Amino acid sequence: MKKYILRIAETEYMLFILFGIFILLAHSLNLSSGKIIQNNFWLFFTEMIAFLPFMFILVGLFDVWFPKEKVEKHIGKDSGIKGTFWVILLAMLQAGPLYGAFPVAYMLWKKGASIKNIFIYLGAFSTLKIPMLTFEIGFLGLKFSLLRTLVTLPVFILIGKIMEIYLRDKYFEIRQPDLFRKDKK
Amino acid sequence: MKILLGLTFIFLVISFFADRKKTFMGIRKGLKMFLGLLPTILNVLILVSIFLYLVPNETLIKLLGKNSGITGVMIAAVLGSVSLIPGFIAYPLAAILLKSGATYTVVAVFITTLMMVGVLTLPLEAKYFGMKVSLIRNALSFIGALVIGLIIGIFL
Repeated sequence: MKKYILRIAETEYMLFILFGIFILLAHSLNLSSGKIIQNNFWLFFTEMIAFLPFMFILVGLFDVWFPKEKVEKHIGKDSGIKGTFWVILLAMLQAGPLYGAFPVAYMLWKKGASIKNIFIYLGAFSTLKIPMLTFEIGFLGLKFSLLRTLVTLPVFILIGKIMEIYLRDKYFEIRQPDLFRKDKK
Repeated sequence: MKILLGLTFIFLVISFFADRKKTFMGIRKGLKMFLGLLPTILNVLILVSIFLYLVPNETLIKLLGKNSGITGVMIAAVLGSVSLIPGFIAYPLAAILLKSGATYTVVAVFITTLMMVGVLTLPLEAKYFGMKVSLIRNALSFIGALVIGLIIGIFL
């Protein structure tokens, strides 16, 4: 028993378990804070679980089907404006919060995408997703959304360029968080 | 969300008929990555849930609604950076903010930092890019969001 407890404590699930205990306690003590936090968590959890596994399956399929040379040719170092266009288009077709873009960025990096295009991808993903734009137009109007899009586009392209210049002479890699990090160290 | 689901399904079917073995390999790879990341994601979601409880929408409206000028913009930038509010809550909230007297600059800065800057997701981002690069990306996005807000304020 002790062994199992220690093993769980070693993993990153510690906070999750503490959180579960807190929710149980809040329930038995009838605390309203626990209920609100639990509702919040459930809302975010369902949002996450509805898209992230599929995103990862797509990333996995992308990995086995697309050879590095091809990806590199289209969005790699020498891809120019066309490459930027492709990553922005790719980002616009996706959905979900920004953290869903990190695994895709890792895959693009692995397949030889340029640093600039990777950060442009992150920028486009966070601000130009089509599912999100429809929401924005609905609540804030077409004029606002259009203007925001037009102003945002050059800003994150510039960020991509700055990151490229900054990282050009440095050792930079995008890692994949490992399932069993402890064993590999 | 539905687009992504449909897209995954279509690709899976095509991939399955093209090469069964490769398809399973891809799915396994993807799910393995997902499981590797799951604890970090859960931790972030827990932090966000607690954060949203501590700073409810009413507080955000109170802070951003009437505050104009540079203070309002700075509060919007900081709040947007530390919050992680999904789009289906953020946009209705932004509409309410505009109605309760917030300027377009404040709303644009709040939304853009919300989308591009993630303080709570930093641990997650750092796992991929390293802490230093993540900090730089977030800092640049923060400045970028301020610029975007100011330009939008000129036009609207």
